[in-house]
Amino acid sequence: MIEIRFHGRGGQGAVVATKILATSVFLDGRYSQSFPAFGVERRGAPVTAFLRVDEKPIRIRTEIYEPDHLVVLDPLLVEQVPLANGLKKDGIIIINSNKKPVEFSDMFKGFRVATVPAGKIAVKYHLGSPQSPIVNTAILGAVAKVLGVVTPESLIEGIKTDVPAYTENNAAAAQEAYETVSNVVQL
Amino acid sequence: MRKVLTGNVAVAYGAMLSDVQVVAAYPITPQTTIIEELATMQADGLVDMDYIRVESEHSAMAACIGASMGGARAFTATCGQGLFLMHEMLHYATGARTPVVLANVNRAAAAPWTIWSDQTDSVSQRETGWIQLYCEGNQEVLDTTIMAFKIAESLRLPAMVVLDAFFLSHTSEPIDIPDREQVRDFLPPFDPGDLWLDPNNPRTFGGITMNDAYMEFRWQIQRDMEKAKAVITEVHEEFARVFGRKYHQVEAYQAEDADVVIVVSGTVASTSRDAIDLLREKGQQVGMVKLKTLRPFPREEIIETLKGKKKVAIIDRNFSPGATGIWAQEIRNALYELPEGDRPLIYGYIAGLGGRDISVKVIESIYQKTLKDNRPDDVDMWIGVNYV
Repeated sequence: MIEIRFHGRGGQGAVVATKILATSVFLDGRYSQSFPAFGVERRGAPVTAFLRVDEKPIRIRTEIYEPDHLVVLDPLLVEQVPLANGLKKDGIIIINSNKKPVEFSDMFKGFRVATVPAGKIAVKYHLGSPQSPIVNTAILGAVAKVLGVVTPESLIEGIKTDVPAYTENNAAAAQEAYETVSNVVQL
Repeated sequence: MRKVLTGNVAVAYGAMLSDVQVVAAYPITPQTTIIEELATMQADGLVDMDYIRVESEHSAMAACIGASMGGARAFTATCGQGLFLMHEMLHYATGARTPVVLANVNRAAAAPWTIWSDQTDSVSQRETGWIQLYCEGNQEVLDTTIMAFKIAESLRLPAMVVLDAFFLSHTSEPIDIPDREQVRDFLPPFDPGDLWLDPNNPRTFGGITMNDAYMEFRWQIQRDMEKAKAVITEVHEEFARVFGRKYHQVEAYQAEDADVVIVVSGTVASTSRDAIDLLREKGQQVGMVKLKTLRPFPREEIIETLKGKKKVAIIDRNFSPGATGIWAQEIRNALYELPEGDRPLIYGYIAGLGGRDISVKVIESIYQKTLKDNRPDDVDMWIGVNYV
């Protein structure tokens, strides 16, 4: 079983991101489960969401404490939330950032990191506003490329199934992130 | 057809496939997406129903009772505070013998304010005469919603489908959506016989009843609740024949040779299956019993399943202040009649209130404590509490 934890802020689309991934993974013929840890439902508040992927039906129905990988939609969350808590040793952290992975050496020492400018890509495709872009579909392109938990074809299909608005733009954002995400760097 | 759906959307599919005719509901987190989805289904022409927007949950249930008395298949959904507000009307639905189906998303009680899961809302309705069906996964949620109409209508008693907040309501997973025509064969339209409010043949029901008759009405409810045990089993069996998925009021998992049996309900049952498998791999003789029905309480089946076991650990995600967890109360009550040699020691645990996670580790620690202690420390034991 692969367990991935998403960290974002209300309005960035972390919860929908895990739902899209659950659908996409299922389209690849595997079992999936996504689940949000809601606090209060308000814009800007820290949000955690979870995704499980397995070859057999998933029975465990709890939060994820020791994720295989992390997806961080807003790296500034690190000041509020201990993001890497419980992350497995070889875990990969995918961060929405215009910076290079090596610039996160202090924050995520010992882990493997990839970065993708998901905010910039979302703005380019008019997803959300320039001040608060909806970065979920862009970050998923990076997840597909770096973690390989889903094929890019199924991801695009999943976006078409679960994203009723700006479907083409969201699919294009995922595609661009897939192509432009950085290499994975050991910090 | 298979799709990735949340538990709430699964409820909506269940109601839609059941050709529900009247929905009266009031939004409340984490239930809201059930009635949103049903409204979307109505707008898309997938279900031919009247949608009554009401000003409160009390009115929602009152409208459902009226619709049901008018001969319609009626449905509503709520949770937590909403179910508490409905309480008066829940009793009325039973007394009026209206087979309304209600989906309740388990939400803990305020104050302090919370939207997270525990069973206090539904177990607090234990005495209302509603059939209560608890679910462990989204497939079970969808299937149970369809079965609830069949069970309720054949007994003329209302039925509640119960699912955990967030752990099911907002969790997405692949589930099989039954074929609509197969559901129509399984669940024909509601037939109220001649007991309905027919405008062409006006009469009234439920008027003032003197003390020479009231008790008989109550006795009939009790008679039919006892009958419900056999009806639920029949409906489970028929559902399995048509759709290939079998449900049980009491389901034993790896319990045959177990020294310790953990008794659970809701999503904890699902997580416990993983915990039991892990413990079995380590050579531990542990099993699980999942309870689906709180009302009617499957007393005979419980006695049969737990008779002769050494230790039974009951995990209650609910609590009755001044007493114990509700499932523990019910099981102690049922097992008391066993001769002493066949009567297991009961370890009652309170866990997971207000959405606190009941993880595999928590279940393992409950097993270890039960195995180690020769007798329970107390009538109930609270797990993971920071005592202050």
